[in-house]
Amino acid sequence: MPCTVTMTVNGKTVSREVEERTLLVTFLREHVGLTGTHVGCDTSQCGACVVHVDGRSVKSCATLALQVDGATVTTIEGLAAADGALHPMQAAFREHHGLQCGFCTPGMVMSAVDLVNSNPSLSEQDIREGLEGNICRCTGYHNIVKAVQAGAEAMNADQAAKIAAE
Amino acid sequence: MYAFSYQRPTSLAEAVAAIQADEAKLLSGGQTLLPTLKQRLAQPSVLVDLSAVPDMKGVAAVDGGLTVGAFTRHAEVAHSDLVKATIPALAHLAEGIGDRQVRNMGTLGGSIANADPSADYPSAVVALKATLTTDRRAIAGDDFFTGMFETALEPGEIVTSVRFATPDKAAYAKFRNPASRYAIVGVFVAKFGAEVRVAVTGAAGSVFRVPAFEAALAANFKAEALNGLSVSADDLNADLHASADYRAHLVTVMAKRAVEAAG
Ligand SMILES: Cc1cc2nc3c(=O)[nH]c(=O)nc-3n(C[C@H](O)[C@H](O)[C@H](O)COP(=O)(O)OP(=O)(O)OC[C@H]3O[C@@H](n4cnc5c(N)ncnc54)[C@H](O)[C@@H]3O)c2cc1C
Ligand code: FES
Ligand code: FES
Repeated sequence: MPCTVTMTVNGKTVSREVEERTLLVTFLREHVGLTGTHVGCDTSQCGACVVHVDGRSVKSCATLALQVDGATVTTIEGLAAADGALHPMQAAFREHHGLQCGFCTPGMVMSAVDLVNSNPSLSEQDIREGLEGNICRCTGYHNIVKAVQAGAEAMNADQAAKIAAE
Repeated sequence: MYAFSYQRPTSLAEAVAAIQADEAKLLSGGQTLLPTLKQRLAQPSVLVDLSAVPDMKGVAAVDGGLTVGAFTRHAEVAHSDLVKATIPALAHLAEGIGDRQVRNMGTLGGSIANADPSADYPSAVVALKATLTTDRRAIAGDDFFTGMFETALEPGEIVTSVRFATPDKAAYAKFRNPASRYAIVGVFVAKFGAEVRVAVTGAAGSVFRVPAFEAALAANFKAEALNGLSVSADDLNADLHASADYRAHLVTVMAKRAVEAAG
């Protein structure tokens, strides 16, 4: 039976008729048209589908849209500024060659942002362990770790500048 | 997935009523159930989502221990200051489950109700003398796990919370599958005064205790007390990750590591 689900996606309220079994990733990609969130494995292994639900990173291929009814969701499309300026973590991935084919990148970036938000002083080991839910078949991970280190520094600097400005 | 209907009850009474429906199934974090449904290994008529049931979430201090709501996510247990201060081994166990995204969704109740032979929490339930509360009764942790993916729960019975006893010392050591992070062998050691409990997960169809290790550690709570002791490989799991003999070997190694970590 179709039912209505409503959530805030990247700052906008969206409401769609879905089936009960509609996954969050299907909702985002097919109902809302945000195809930046990828499906790599569909079996909870690869993390290409990671989005933030109320600020926490989750695998949207293992979550029902109905489970997050009423929640606030951020996808990779919601990270950049309104003027198109990349989020510091996105910029760091570009700068440090944290991607090759780019398929895993949306999930990597979303996981990395959640990681930095929860712990601003990450060691290399923290980053490697924090990204255990994300698989990349191209890069060999070293440049991803470098990118996250640089992204974390940039996010912390932004945060410090914001506090200084207040 | 086959089609199903969906309910999100806002009280335990409503959840109990909803789960009586034919082929109804409880949905907690969904990290095990949804992949099962995606593979069409089950065909429930209705999913009863427990996320809005009050009093099933969070950690509270109680006399002699901690009560953890069944809907408490692994990440909340891992990061709880109360758990870290009272039973740090439990926070450490939760932090080692799966990956960050699984921990952000998966729950204590879903993990123990599922009773995967390689799951981490069953070892804590047994080693920490837990008592489970359901919608209708209390169940001793020792009696809860009855076999591979089998528990003492009756059809439609809902776990609401788990009470863990605070040990004097405890630690959990696991040899994990590097891909899934499930336990190939995990050993939870807990010391309560003169009593020691050693609970092993991952090695057999269901969590089990090792009386010979417990007696040796009760006499001398040191890793070397386990020198020369081992469990029989008969009836242990064997799969592409580890043979039964290797698992038997790992039980002693992980038990020693847990004793060392417990200090
Ligand atoms: C990639 C990956 C890696 C993982 N790694 C690990 C690991 O290293 N260690 C580990 O232990 N686990 C691991 N898991 C499993 C994870 O911990 C799951 O979260 C857990 O097994 C199920 O919890 P859930 O809240 O998601 O339950 P669900 O999937 O929602 O439910 C599981 C089952 O329990 C029933 N149920 C749920 N709640 C209740 C309740 N309150 N009362 C009665 N029945 C209930 C449901 O009906 C269902 O049958 C992993 C999972 C994935 C996807
Ligand atoms: S598509 Fe969700 S984890 Fe791979
Ligand atoms: S860049 Fe290709 S999968 Fe990671």
